[in-house]
Order: sequence, then structure tokens, then C-alpha cells
Amino acid sequence: MAFNSSDIGAFENIWVFCEQRNGVMMNTSYELVSEARKLADERGSKLVGLLLGHNVEGLAKDLGGYGADEVILIDDPALEVYTTDAYTKAICDCAMDLKPEVILLGASNIGRDLGPRCAARLTTGLTADCTHLDIDMNVYTDFLKKASTLPEARYEKFDMEDVNLKMTRPAFGGHLMATIICPRFRPCMSTVRPGVMKKAPFDQAKADACVITPYKVSITDADLKTQVMDVVKATKKIVDLIGADVIVSVGRGISKDIEGGIKLAEQLTDAFGGGVVGGSRVTVDSGWLSSDHQVGQTGKTVHPKVYVALGISGSIQHKAGMQDSELIIAVNKDENAPIFEIADIGITGDLFKVVPLMIESLNEARASK
Amino acid sequence: MDFSLTKEQAMLKKLAAQFAEEELEPVAAEIDETHEFPVENFAKMVKLGFTGIGVKEEYGGTGGGMLEKVIAVSEFAKKCMASAATLSIHLIAPHTIQDFGTEEQKQKYLPRLTKGGELGAFALTEPNAGSDAAGVKTVAVYDEATDEYVINGTKCFISGGARAGVLVIFAMTEPKMGTRGMSAFIIEAGMPGFTYGKIENKMGIRGSETAELVFEDLRVPASNMLGKKNGGFKIAMKALNAARIGVAAQAQGVADEAIALAVQYAGERVQFGKPIAALQGIQWYIADMATKTEAARNLTYYAAWLADSGKDFMCEAAMCKYNAAENARFVVNLALQIHGGYGYMHDYPLERMYRDAKITEIYEGTAEVHKVVISRAVMNK
Amino acid sequence: MRIYVCVKQVPDTSGVVAVNEDGTLNRASMQTIINPDDLVAMEQALMIKDATGCQVTAVTMGPPPAEGMLRELLAMGADDAILISAREFGGSDTFATSQIIAAAITYTGLNDEDMIFCGRQAIDGDTAQVGPQIAEKLNLPQISYAAEIKKEGNEVTVKRMLEDGYMMIKQQTPCLVTCISDQDSHPRMMSIAGINAAYKKPYTVLDFETLKDEPLIELDKIGLKGSPTNIFVSFTPPLKGIGVMLEGNDKKTTDKLASMLLEKHVI
Repeated sequence: MAFNSSDIGAFENIWVFCEQRNGVMMNTSYELVSEARKLADERGSKLVGLLLGHNVEGLAKDLGGYGADEVILIDDPALEVYTTDAYTKAICDCAMDLKPEVILLGASNIGRDLGPRCAARLTTGLTADCTHLDIDMNVYTDFLKKASTLPEARYEKFDMEDVNLKMTRPAFGGHLMATIICPRFRPCMSTVRPGVMKKAPFDQAKADACVITPYKVSITDADLKTQVMDVVKATKKIVDLIGADVIVSVGRGISKDIEGGIKLAEQLTDAFGGGVVGGSRVTVDSGWLSSDHQVGQTGKTVHPKVYVALGISGSIQHKAGMQDSELIIAVNKDENAPIFEIADIGITGDLFKVVPLMIESLNEARASK
Repeated sequence: MDFSLTKEQAMLKKLAAQFAEEELEPVAAEIDETHEFPVENFAKMVKLGFTGIGVKEEYGGTGGGMLEKVIAVSEFAKKCMASAATLSIHLIAPHTIQDFGTEEQKQKYLPRLTKGGELGAFALTEPNAGSDAAGVKTVAVYDEATDEYVINGTKCFISGGARAGVLVIFAMTEPKMGTRGMSAFIIEAGMPGFTYGKIENKMGIRGSETAELVFEDLRVPASNMLGKKNGGFKIAMKALNAARIGVAAQAQGVADEAIALAVQYAGERVQFGKPIAALQGIQWYIADMATKTEAARNLTYYAAWLADSGKDFMCEAAMCKYNAAENARFVVNLALQIHGGYGYMHDYPLERMYRDAKITEIYEGTAEVHKVVISRAVMNK
Repeated sequence: MRIYVCVKQVPDTSGVVAVNEDGTLNRASMQTIINPDDLVAMEQALMIKDATGCQVTAVTMGPPPAEGMLRELLAMGADDAILISAREFGGSDTFATSQIIAAAITYTGLNDEDMIFCGRQAIDGDTAQVGPQIAEKLNLPQISYAAEIKKEGNEVTVKRMLEDGYMMIKQQTPCLVTCISDQDSHPRMMSIAGINAAYKKPYTVLDFETLKDEPLIELDKIGLKGSPTNIFVSFTPPLKGIGVMLEGNDKKTTDKLASMLLEKHVI
């Protein structure tokens, strides 16, 4: 039967593309499976993990432990290293055959390469970088009541029977939120921002019960147009202030132990799960950090998800470069430091004392998740 | 009457603003501190074509005229007055050569100044000849045997003089005849007999080098005489008139930026529980600053338009320069006042702008000389 | 050889962002800029032009005022520009947009040695979808997140960035590449000579009439009505409350911080 994406009644089940690299499952895949479990329950449908790779069967059962009822395993030598061509073909051939209602992917560099290509081939919509997903209208309305400033009257106009996947995402640098639907085509596709969804506790019994369904696709040399010559793991962290989700910046406050202060900032980025160290003008002018680290009017303007200012007083020039960050945390000895005027969370204290404790607390909190 | 810029002029303004923000502003404080000419930034100006503004494309220029110069210079002046001065003064040499040079001179020197990366300079002032050009003591004596002029004398306060590759200088060829005995010459760096004296330590525009030039038996081929023999005064006056519009543009830019900084600061600075922008005293300051600055801009644009239309612009050039310079000092002073103690600090740009702005009331003719020019033009009508 | 560079005019989200009472964006009040990643794509194309003398064509879809942006790209060094503009195309999502741009490129002509460059993503929607979807419609291979691009003959070598490293990829033309900024590829500025030439270079407007019969255009899948995705609700998040100062500076304080961060899903 020919594939027709507008025959929406023919589609069922929720699929999660479970990304692995080098035989190691990406953490986002577990987050996504955990979140999708709730959606599958709302919809009363089956949750299926989609695992592509070569010799990766060993990763499949664990997905069950986070909520997958079934894992479709496409094992092929052509899928060992990620290529757009091979992965798109495998996913689309399988999806055209089995017709899932929803496909979720992590919004990693690979997910965001693969998702749009698949959506175009399947003739359906895709919503990028979502931070919230719902199907059930009651659950969605509850979410809006908490997360939006919409007047109650708006909710009365909703069709409470709507079963489209409601994909919510920030737009315009987070100044606006939008919920997107794909009502006329299936599957509904979404990439989901890594780190936003919570990983469920692992359940061994569910893992044991998870069904693994091998699926064969034919990928020939003619399908592969790109040639991956080399995959290189980064050795040195690249200073990408603009693209960073987490920035820990240091200022004059580290002057009594410059190396130690910078080291603490680096360790704190690790405690956040990765990030970049920035600096105020004085740290660059004094040669403590190279100029590509500078945040502020004369440096870079940044809007990361989290900005931590350590020992930075908060001059107007510095604030101009970081005040649009989503969450600002400041640590400073001086309780009157201007940085506290724009900080979301402030701690008064010596950074050399506070930051090691912060790292400890964050690591404990992450471990408990 | 149409006050709007052409599409190309609007793009030029955007480019100049971007260049000023990305290249000039980051080093403005540093070159003020170190007193160093920003060699790399000058090279970037050359690459983007700023040094060829107002010069025909056949000579390596980028076309346009006085209005284009005003647009670029005032955008530069917002972020770095020293760099604005450098561009403004540099352009005097190629413009003067284009206006008065022979075809051979234009072919030889203009491409070097427009796209070749060489800085231009203009040397009229001497220790005893400031506003009074008749006081020039530098002399040029013709040597028939070699068909050269032998030049002796000293020039002072010459912007870019020690960096320039090509200079337009003035010397007396008939000393007894006063201004009617003055001639213009094109000289080059490295000519035997041409050396530099001291580099001045200035109050402002410290990233623009101001030098003393010394000519000791400097031999210049007669073919390097610019314009007619004894015709130098006319050349100097035409060049100075044009230069005054450039200074007005510098004053314009620094005033615009001072207003922007004052408005921003007044909105952020909270005293007695509210931003100081809510105080009427501050609001009236801003209203005065904005009104006078807008008036100054229009007079400057008008003078530039006269120049570009081939009309006489001597009086309007003097007016716009005198007015814009006085306005710059007025506006920068108030902007600094609005900043209070912070404005007085070296870390904030207003302290530098305050020192920089002052020069616009002095060079290319003091305010007093301009009033003489203006009153003469008005009263002798 | 020709490189198409797809660009988008976007509101400057780093400046003041004004939102109307109904939750939509007040675009009129905002400055527009050329999408930063698209400028990087243009720079990558111009570097190849500097080395090979190839033709660089800027392409955008948008309302008529987008001409100003295209002229700026011509002033940077692009050789010609194409504006795809029609009321019928308005409100297109990424699927619909990529279909229209792909059709415009086929209409203009795509040869074996040609390439298409896009920015990684636009700052208004941050979707990163249009590039790969143009590639799919044109049945071209794609390389996204490209930091370095080298072209020799009909072969391109690309450094494709991953979160934890990079891949080196070899590819035959024609192909599509989406570019990210890297520290060495700072987009050049316009030049004054470029500005003087900007309004004299070839400039083409492709309207609905011109493109509607292109094989890639499916009339029921363009514009606001045809787009697969629709905005269900748009809203502003509640105002960020004023910050909190945590008491003390011991482990109890940092534990409190960690639990707040957990609650906000930042860790």
C-alpha cells in the first residue's frame, strides 16, 4: 500500500529515535523515552524505541527500563557511523511501512540534521527544539495555566477532545512561547531540547519485558552519497561563548588566586554538565584569560540558559553583554554589588569558599535525578 | 527639497557605523592611553575603501563627495574621535591633489593615497603661522640647473605628518608678496632633507599623531608643484574650507554618541528610588542636547551639499564647523554631568570624549577665526 | 560554478523584543538584521569565490523590504540576488518554505558543480530545518553544522561539528551545506566599492506566477494554509520575578541552590 501521510487514521504508536554514538546511548534518548511514556499513556498507545546502528543490540533492553514497550532494532554495517543518507533511508523506509503516529528525536546536532530530512521525505511537519510535549488537552491546559499569561477565557475555546501532539517551544530567543500542532499529516514529528525532559527511574522488570523487533532495511552504496573520512573527539574545549548553554564567568574576585579561580569556574561548568568559562573585562585586560572569553559590551553578548557570575561586580558594560541570559546566578562578597540587581539567584560570600560547595551540591543533585 | 540619504549613502552610514563599532571602539581607549596611531585600523579603512571617498574611481577612489565624507567621519567619531580625525584629515590630501593636480600628478599620487595604504597629510601651519597664513616662513627657491625647488623651513602640529607617505605642503616662492607669493607642493616621505621633529603630547585625539616637520634643503622636482606658482593660498583656502566640514562631522559624531550614552545612563541610574531620566532637570538637558545637535547636523549637511553641488560654501563651512564644535563641547559636557562621578572616571568613554571634543573648536581654524570669516561674508554681502 | 546562499531577514532578538497583547510578536517595533548564521554562510561562499572566482547568488524568501538585506549582501561581494516574494508564500512553515526555495533554485538552474549554502539556523525560529529540507526536495546530499569547507574540483571536504568533536566528510557536488560560525570565519563587512555596485548587480524577483508551475511546488502545501505545522497557541511566559538572595553561604545554601536548579530543569 502506498504511503500517504494525510491518511491520519492509518497511523498509530509513538516512536522515539534513540541516538547512540560509538555504541554508547546518548543520555537524551533515556530522557525522551521517559517523557514519551507519559504521552503514550495519555494516548493509550504503544511506546516504541527506534535503535539504529551496527552491533548495538545490547543497548536495546535498557530503553525498556525507562518505559519503551518495544524496540525496533535496525542493525546494519552502513549505520555504524552516522550519515544523513543512511539514517534517513532507514527511518523513512521503516516509518512508511509501520506508520507511527509520533516520532520524537533529541535535538542534538545529529537529531537536528536527521529530523528535517525525514520530515520532508515523509511529507509531514516537524517542530524543532521543543521543551514541552502534551497530547491530552486537560494536561495541556494545566500546563498553560502554570507556564503562560493567557487569560482563562482562552481555554474555553479549546476543543478538549483534540489528540494532536502539542509541541511547545521557545521562539525569538525565548521572548515568546509557541505551541505547534501538525493536524493534517502524520507522523507528528518533534526534536526535543536535550536536558529538558526528566529521566524516569530505571525499572529492571520493564527492561526484561521489553520486546526487541529486528527490522531489515536495504541500504546500498547508491544510497550513500557522503563519505565520512574521520570522526574526531574534541581534546581541547572550544571557547564558544555565543553557542554555550552554560557560561561561568569570573571577575576581579579571583585576583587572589587567579589559576585557582579559573579552575573552579571550569569545574563548575562540568557540574552543570558542560559549559564555557567567560570573564569580565578586567580578567582579559589583565591577561588572566584570552580575549575570546570576554563577556560584555567590548566582548561578546551572550544569552545562555544559565549564566554564573563569580566575583563580578556587574558594571554596566558587563551587564550589557549578559543580562538577557535565561537564568543568572551571582556569587559576590559585596552584598551591594550591582550584579545582584539583575541576578535571579544571589549568594553573598567568598567564591573560593562557596563554589566548591556549589559543585558538591550540584553533583549530588544530578546524581539523585 | 529632499532630506533623505540615497540608498547608497544609507548603506555607507551602516557600514561606517559597523566598522566604528567592531574595529574602532575596541581600541579607542587603548590608543588614547598609549598615544599610538592604530596602524592596523588604518589598513582596514583602506581595504574597505574609506580612504578613497570623494576621489574618482579612475584614480582608485570610491567616489561620492563631501556628504559621503561627513557620513563616514561622523560615524567614526561616535566611537573613536582620533580615528575620525585621521580619516577626515587624510582625505584632504587626495582631494586637494584631485582638485588642483595635473593629470600626471593624479595618476602618480592618488592611487597611493586612495587604495595603496599610504596616509596623506596637509602641512600649512607653522610656529608663527596659525590662523594667519601670511606668516609662513618656509621658503622654496627654484634651482634652474636641476629644475627643482629647494625647500627650507619647519611645519608644526601636522596631523599624521610623521606617518604620511604623500604630503601637500606650502612654502613661499615669493616671500615678499605674502599670501600671494605662496605655492603648494606634493612631497613624499623619505625625500632627502625631509625629517621629523617631535611628536606632540596632546590633551585629546591622542591616537592621531601630531608631528613637527623639518625641511632642510629638501629638493622637490618642479613637476611636484601643485597648481600654479604663487597660487598656493587659493589652494590652501579651498582645502581648509573643505576640511572644516570634516571637523564639523567629527563634532557631530561625538555629540550624537554623548547623547546616546546620556540617555542610556539616565535610564539605568537609579537615585532616590527612580531612574534619573524621570527627573525634569535631566529631561531638559536631553532636550537641549538633542535639539542643538539636530540643528548642527542640518547645517553640516547643508554645507556638504553646497560643496557637492559646486556652489560657494566658504561661509557655510565656517558656520557649520563653528557651530558643531561649540555644540560638541556643550553636549559632551552635559552628558558627562549627567554621568556624575562615573563620567569623570577614565573607565568611562565620556572622559575621553570630553578631551577629544575640545579639539574641534581649535583645529582647521579656531572658533574666533570662523567668526571673522562668517561676519565678513555676512556684512560684505 | 555557482554557490547559492540562502539567507533570511530576522528580527534582532538580542535587542528589545516587543510582544503584542495577544501574544504575537510586534515585528514593526523591532530592528531587522541578516540572520547571523546566514552571514557566516555568505562568508564561506565568498572565501570560495575569492579562491575560484565562482558566482555567488544570494537567495531569500520574504516581503519586498527584504531587498535592503539582499543589496547589503551584494555590497559584501555576492554577484546576484534573488528575492522570492508573494502573498501566497506568506506564513509558510519550514516544509513549505524549503519547497518554494528549492523550486526557485531549480527554476534558476542548478548544475553539477554548484552548491547551496545555508546558515545553521535562524535566530527567530531556531529550527535549523530549512537547509536539510531544501536538500531533501532537491534530492541533494547535505552536510549540516559545517565549520570549514574546502572545495577542489567537484569534491568538497567539510569539517562537520558534533557536540563532542567533529567529523571530516567528503562529498561530491552538487550538495547543500549548512554553516556555523567558527572563530576564523568572521563575516566580512560591505565595502564602499561594493556599495556603489550593489544597486547595479543583477537582481531578480520571483513571484507566485513565475514559480507556481514548477514541478517541486505542491500548491496545497505552501503558505499559511498549506503548511503542515500550525501555531496552536502562542503565549508569553510569566514575567521573571525579581531575584532572590539566598541566606548564608554554607553547604545548606548551595544545596538549596541545587534544588532550585533541579526544579527549573537546568541541571
